[in-house]
Amino acid sequence: MYVAVKGGERAIDNAHAWLAEERRGDPSVAELSVAQIREQLSLAVNRVMAEGSLYDPNLAALAIKQSRGDLIEAIFLIRAYRTTLPRFGGSNPVDTETMACDRRVSATFKDAPGGQVLGPTFDYTHRLLDFKLAADGEAGEVQTAPPHDARTPHIMSYLDREGLIQPEASDDAPPPDLTRSPLELPAARALRLQALTRADEGFILGMAYSTQRGYARNHAFVAELRIGAVAVEVDIPELGFAIEIGEITVTECETVNQFQGSKTQPPQFTRGYGLVFGMTERKAISMALVDRALRWKELGEDNLGAPAQDEEFVLYHSDNIQATGFLEHIKLPHYVDFQSELELIRKLRRDAQANMQEAAE
Amino acid sequence: MTDYNFAYLDEQTKRMIRRTILKGLAIPGYQVPFASREMPMPYGWGTGGVQVSAAVLTPDDTLKVIDQGADDTTNAVSIRRFFQKTAGVAVTEATAQASVIQTRHRIPEQDLREDQIIVYQVPIPEPLRFLEPSEVETRKMHSLEEYGLMHVKLYEDISQHGDIATAYAYPVKVEGRYVMDPSPIPKFDNPKLEMAGIQLFGAGREQRIYAIPPYTQVVSLDFDDYPFQPTKADHACGLCGAHDSYLDELIVDDEGGRVFMCSDTDYCATRRRAGHVGTHGTPFEEDAA
Repeated sequence: MYVAVKGGERAIDNAHAWLAEERRGDPSVAELSVAQIREQLSLAVNRVMAEGSLYDPNLAALAIKQSRGDLIEAIFLIRAYRTTLPRFGGSNPVDTETMACDRRVSATFKDAPGGQVLGPTFDYTHRLLDFKLAADGEAGEVQTAPPHDARTPHIMSYLDREGLIQPEASDDAPPPDLTRSPLELPAARALRLQALTRADEGFILGMAYSTQRGYARNHAFVAELRIGAVAVEVDIPELGFAIEIGEITVTECETVNQFQGSKTQPPQFTRGYGLVFGMTERKAISMALVDRALRWKELGEDNLGAPAQDEEFVLYHSDNIQATGFLEHIKLPHYVDFQSELELIRKLRRDAQANMQEAAE
Repeated sequence: MTDYNFAYLDEQTKRMIRRTILKGLAIPGYQVPFASREMPMPYGWGTGGVQVSAAVLTPDDTLKVIDQGADDTTNAVSIRRFFQKTAGVAVTEATAQASVIQTRHRIPEQDLREDQIIVYQVPIPEPLRFLEPSEVETRKMHSLEEYGLMHVKLYEDISQHGDIATAYAYPVKVEGRYVMDPSPIPKFDNPKLEMAGIQLFGAGREQRIYAIPPYTQVVSLDFDDYPFQPTKADHACGLCGAHDSYLDELIVDDEGGRVFMCSDTDYCATRRRAGHVGTHGTPFEEDAA
């Protein structure tokens, strides 16, 4: 006698109760607060905001807590929440020249107006485990300097004056919204950049790295990397002027790349661009490299068949929420399709064995 | 639950999806791009079907959700609960009582009626995808009705294996125009694609919706000398004894003993309730679970 398996509902309820218990961990250890995550795991919070496409450190910290530190799961929570929010409109473009820079470095000029500011960086730290931190996480006194109030001009603008950098096409049309219309190809650069800024950090890093190693190689210099707060302004039609609705921290990276010139254009530098929510410089630099690689057609370069040059490949596979969902769905039941494959392979084997036997006789 | 709109999606999004569905019904088998939303369940787990269901559900509807033909597989339970929570609609396991059926990988054994809608969850909507990975290219092939590649593939199968080596997601041609992926249903189900109900297909991650209106011609691709053959395990259901239903194969003991049973749990239970008993079955009793 066989009794059919049942009990999906109860299994789900029990699994979720167990998950909640695991999330909390050993109850004799103090519970993490959302504020602690926001303040002390801020780079994780930044990544969740960037790839979740929602600038809200508290929600991102909550998502990290809820997801037990699985950042892709946290990004998923934020994305799913984000879809339910109404879209009121677009802001004016943020003016990153007015950024209050916490960090600003250039690899192309030793000094420039505004100076080089290392800021709170891991660079030049020796990656030695700090065992003292295990017992005492308090930071010492930090020296401060008066804020730099003047505009910090982009390093690129100095190349621009000499006409050495290719001018970017300017366009006042509102950019398309990837979350409100289906992705259709070919995608304009604005749409590509939008996809890249919310793309999976690891994927974009790998793609960027591949261009450095020779798959559509185009040597990039970091003309400038800046991180800091910028004002977000929105035009209010009733008022007739823009008002500042808040401040966000962003990371902006501009790379300068060589361009051989073509029949119609003398040799010139070209630009790769990265702009990402929060303090996310690995992502911003990677984004600039991938942006530059994807511009081959517009710049009249050869298609070398490299993955990073293939807009469809990059844009269709860079979203970690799409990727992880589809990847993990293969653990769902597939009894029915598998059964049909079983029948087929049994039949094909039967036929093949009959044929072999016939051939042998 | 009052925090979210009826059936979760906001009205503007539902209107956008309904317009896409209407376009899909007007061009049977054509994949209409739509601005798929991020749902609170993962892509690849039925987000396309869920969005289509959300757009067609009304408060008076009765919803049935199946996965692999069964109402109580975990993901079917999860999706059914989602709509119970966000739409408060009545739910059923009985095919005949449902006005909207969301399904993954099966078409119910019982014929659907004109007043029923079946919504398929679709992982890869593009029937040509594994022959041509580029979406730009495959869209071009559809617009030019350039399906030679698909026929070559089927021909190569026959020359290599003596048979068409596609057992599920078997491609069909709709109303003599578009080649369409029927979602990963076993090819046993293909003949049912010509039906009285409205068939809607939602692919969330791939941002496509397509449709088959009632009584539309749906032909499984084949050759005159190698006609299409729907197949199933050559057994009867161990529980209800049905010979005409699609069967799951279960391994029931350490020696690898097998039992076959209906994948459509409602069909099987209905038959057992009517007194049919298979070789491994017992007379029907309502399950406590």
